[in-house]
Amino acid sequence: MRISIENFTKSFGTTTVIEDMSLEINSGEMLALLGPSGCGKSTTLFAICGIHRMNSGRLLFGERDVTRISSQQRNVGVVFQNYALYPHMNVFDNIAFPLKVRRDSRADIERKVKEIADLVHIGELLHRKPAELSGGQQQRVALARALVREPDILLLDEPLANLDAKLRLEMRSEIRRIQQQTGITAVLVTHDQVEAMSMCDRIAIMDQGKIMQLSSPKEMYEDPSSDFVAGFLGNPPIAFLEGVAAEGGMRLANSEVTLPVPVAINLPDHGAAVRFGIRPEFFQPDNDLKIKGRISFVETQGREELYDVTLENGSVLRSIQSQGGSFKLGDNVNWGIAGDRILAFDAAGNRL
Amino acid sequence: MRQNFRNWPVLLVLFVFSAPLLIMLTFLLVDAFTTKVPGTMFPNGVTLHHFRFLWTDLDNGSWGIWGVTLNTFNFALFTSLAVTAISVTAGYALSRLAFPARGFFLGGLIVLHAFPTVTLIIAIFLILQLLGLYNTLIGVIVVKAALELPFGIWVMKGFYDTVPWEIEMAGVQDGASRFTVWWKLILPQVQPGLLAILIFSFLSGWSEFILPMVLAPGNDAQVLSTYLATMLLDGGTQADFNLFKAVGLFYALPVIIIYLVFQNKLMNIYGGGTKG
Repeated sequence: MRISIENFTKSFGTTTVIEDMSLEINSGEMLALLGPSGCGKSTTLFAICGIHRMNSGRLLFGERDVTRISSQQRNVGVVFQNYALYPHMNVFDNIAFPLKVRRDSRADIERKVKEIADLVHIGELLHRKPAELSGGQQQRVALARALVREPDILLLDEPLANLDAKLRLEMRSEIRRIQQQTGITAVLVTHDQVEAMSMCDRIAIMDQGKIMQLSSPKEMYEDPSSDFVAGFLGNPPIAFLEGVAAEGGMRLANSEVTLPVPVAINLPDHGAAVRFGIRPEFFQPDNDLKIKGRISFVETQGREELYDVTLENGSVLRSIQSQGGSFKLGDNVNWGIAGDRILAFDAAGNRL
Repeated sequence: MRQNFRNWPVLLVLFVFSAPLLIMLTFLLVDAFTTKVPGTMFPNGVTLHHFRFLWTDLDNGSWGIWGVTLNTFNFALFTSLAVTAISVTAGYALSRLAFPARGFFLGGLIVLHAFPTVTLIIAIFLILQLLGLYNTLIGVIVVKAALELPFGIWVMKGFYDTVPWEIEMAGVQDGASRFTVWWKLILPQVQPGLLAILIFSFLSGWSEFILPMVLAPGNDAQVLSTYLATMLLDGGTQADFNLFKAVGLFYALPVIIIYLVFQNKLMNIYGGGTKG
């Protein structure tokens, strides 16, 4: 079901967390609300499910205006960060609770709980108490409970934050599989860019209560609208070079080096400050736009190696290369930037 | 297991300090079942004579030990039911709901908690007189429950504070009303607190003395504590101390049994109930 948030404003006391935000989430889509803590992403989520009342603005599910409708009548399933399983009930009763509240018949409850338990692969655990489950299993129970009454919308609040690294990987694809299998409209709140990129159809990246950019993961990675977005996506993160616009390109700060600028980029007037963003995969030994530096940090990641290269003017570029390079800490290198992949930003951080 | 300090010095100190209590309890037990010549230290015979109050009416105007025991039981039971019912709901409200003057109620609760309630007794006397509840068991129950409430509410609020908010939100999202959420999801989490309040206020009611004595001095509303007191007062210098001790033992027995059975549950109150 389509969700429309129109001119949403939320404040707690005198602090305004979100001001005049609008967002459209398509039916059957999985959307990530991504941002640093305190950016208002959870507030938005809780406004959608009705835990927070909106100070102003409208919220529509499909054509239905639910702004003033109570949580109980919105038909939204929520998975909380700490799962919020009911500790005194076993798994079956946990999942059955929404159906019991709705007064479904006992046979219906049995059947639906079985079905959903099979979907999330916890069919054998129905008689256990939450305390007897691992983190991943608790997560599955929470998902099953949120999905069992076939809600119109599924909301996930940092669902993977409490899992260890391996389980996180597993649940990432599991949640995506279940979402696609049920075709439900889902909103995921996360501060982890990898989660957002790997699980979702579109990402809304937020900062200080505003949506900075809304697009597909690939598009957002390759074509960020601001330096904030570029810096938030990608691991290892993008490196920035400071400088000023000059004849023929950008002259690096505290340096005589001038980097030529791709034709597609319109530089501002000469002398204005600009920033170049260069992703680690586009700073490689073989690229053409050479720049001198010294390797100041090496991190072995197994399949790949990550190098920090400190340039002559003190700024740092990152490079990620597949195993086998014979570079060592302290080596002087002359590597190249892929000129057509440079991202340029103006002084305010907007993309040029 | 290796111990990093010796046990016996600690045990010795504890023994010395608890010896008076121990001696008193021993004599309570011994004297209740034995006879002895006045002025001697050790008993000279075993008897159940002191327990005659159980099967004969003592000639002191009250209506027999069983009636008084029933009164005491009713007093303790209804006090604890009232205290528990109100604490469990009021504690929830104070912990979770944003109602007007919440801060005032919280502050008032702490003040009342520490208030020397005996100073209120004249005012309470007058109010009961006015309501026509003076000298009735109901009147004493109402007063006792009211005085126990600050403690109960405070402890229950502490228990509610430890239940994660998310459980409540999850319940609401699952379509349950706030009342269902409280009844089905939250109350089971605070059950240890509920049990502790129930037992504590029962015991407190069982051993209450001042309130029944002042507010219900008549025979109809007599409870075991006042029954014991009248035994001493009526007897004057002739008071039968062995009888007194036997009644005392009878009076203390339920308390001891309840403590033995529920001691683990009672300890919970210190585990969950301390969060402000």
